[in-house]
Amino acid sequence: MSIASRFLPPPKADGTVCFTLDGEPVMARDGDTLAVAILAHTGAATRTTASGSPRAPYCMMGVCFECLVEVDGRPNVQACLIPVREGMAVRRQDGLRGLRHDG
Amino acid sequence: MRREAEITVIGGGVVGLATAFGLLRAGRRVRVLDGADSDLRASQGNFGLVWLQGKGAGFAPYAQLSRDAVALWPDFAAEVQEASGIDLALDQSGGYEFFTEADEFSAFKADLEAQEATLGNRFSHEVIPGDDLRRSFPEIGPGVVGATFCPLDGHVNPLRLLRGLRVAVTALGGEIVQGAKVEKVTPVASGFEMALENGSRLDAPRVVLCAGLGAAPLAAQLGFATRVRAQRGELLITEKLETRLPFLSSTIRQVDEGGLQIGGTKAEVGPDDRETREMMAGLAQHAVTVLPALADVRVLRAWGALRVMSPDGYPVYTRSAAHPAAAMVTCHSGVTLAAFHGTKLADWLEDTAAAPDLEAFDEHRFALSASA
Repeated sequence: MSIASRFLPPPKADGTVCFTLDGEPVMARDGDTLAVAILAHTGAATRTTASGSPRAPYCMMGVCFECLVEVDGRPNVQACLIPVREGMAVRRQDGLRGLRHDG
Repeated sequence: MRREAEITVIGGGVVGLATAFGLLRAGRRVRVLDGADSDLRASQGNFGLVWLQGKGAGFAPYAQLSRDAVALWPDFAAEVQEASGIDLALDQSGGYEFFTEADEFSAFKADLEAQEATLGNRFSHEVIPGDDLRRSFPEIGPGVVGATFCPLDGHVNPLRLLRGLRVAVTALGGEIVQGAKVEKVTPVASGFEMALENGSRLDAPRVVLCAGLGAAPLAAQLGFATRVRAQRGELLITEKLETRLPFLSSTIRQVDEGGLQIGGTKAEVGPDDRETREMMAGLAQHAVTVLPALADVRVLRAWGALRVMSPDGYPVYTRSAAHPAAAMVTCHSGVTLAAFHGTKLADWLEDTAAAPDLEAFDEHRFALSASA
């Protein structure tokens, strides 16, 4: 992987997208990462650790894992590493994920 | 001023620290020389199993030694925890070996029968056909042809074991010297004189060589015939899970903090600890075959680490014929055997009346064979 490809394209100046956080609609700038959109919307915690301690996006570069959320049913997504998309269903993540036995 | 150490342990991994712990408990003044971060530190890459199943099927003394060590573990863990304040997360509730190939299943059943013949009522095991296994654990995949179970197997948190031993050794009055990579050992009248890579020199009346893969050059200087080699194992670490797996196996284990370790491979590639895509894919495939629900669980880390293998794969406990004040301890099951190294090995090193009989592990076995 080249170094350049590690960077996301800059956000567009005027585009907006809408996603939901725990079912509540949130507007975001098109091209922002999900972590940025969440921070811009709310500075509150978006996950808790195994012991229940609150966390919010922190390093913004894929290292700290504090920004984990559930995206479209998929747990443990690092919100800082993906661009926000129209219609994305995001949920705060409490504690550790479980094993899915239905898949 | 600190009194000069009576015994210098060369090597600050699980084997060296456990050995030092035992010597400190026996009342000795002990110094541990720990090498450089760039060393091939097996103790920082291991799987953390306290495992008896299959050990020594072809060599009775090793089956006995492993059984002794497993029995010593609860008290040993309690002692390390008491001295260090660190919970090792020891769990000896029994372990499974899962098989996806019928011929490998049959071969391992024969190994366990041999082990039971050697250990008698000190060992027991179950052989469980795949369908019976799935009645107990419906989450086990259809590709598993069967499993074996030994109620004596278990595991620890391997990083906390290493840290717990370090803190315990210091708490018991031992001295751990960091960045003390020994380059040269010279036998002198009063014992040994050591030249370190950092330019300093140390004297030691007695030494125990526990330097893992770093032992080879020092072994020759101390007159030992044992030459260890590296064997690579690779493993995967997953994201942490809320769900507790209902079983422990030698290839899939969940540490107390929730993450899974999936391992382990064997490759004779010399001192090369890089991970490979082929081996990682194989480990992931095995894990999903055993437990299909793991298919959407993500792997966060993978690494290769190097086992410390003697020529025949069994531990070596030996004194130098040329320099009797030097002993050598090396093995690839440093976690399982830690409870032995931290207790009864001190009697052997001190040559007390309670010394265990370790004749079968002397290195003269290599001198008599072509493999030496």
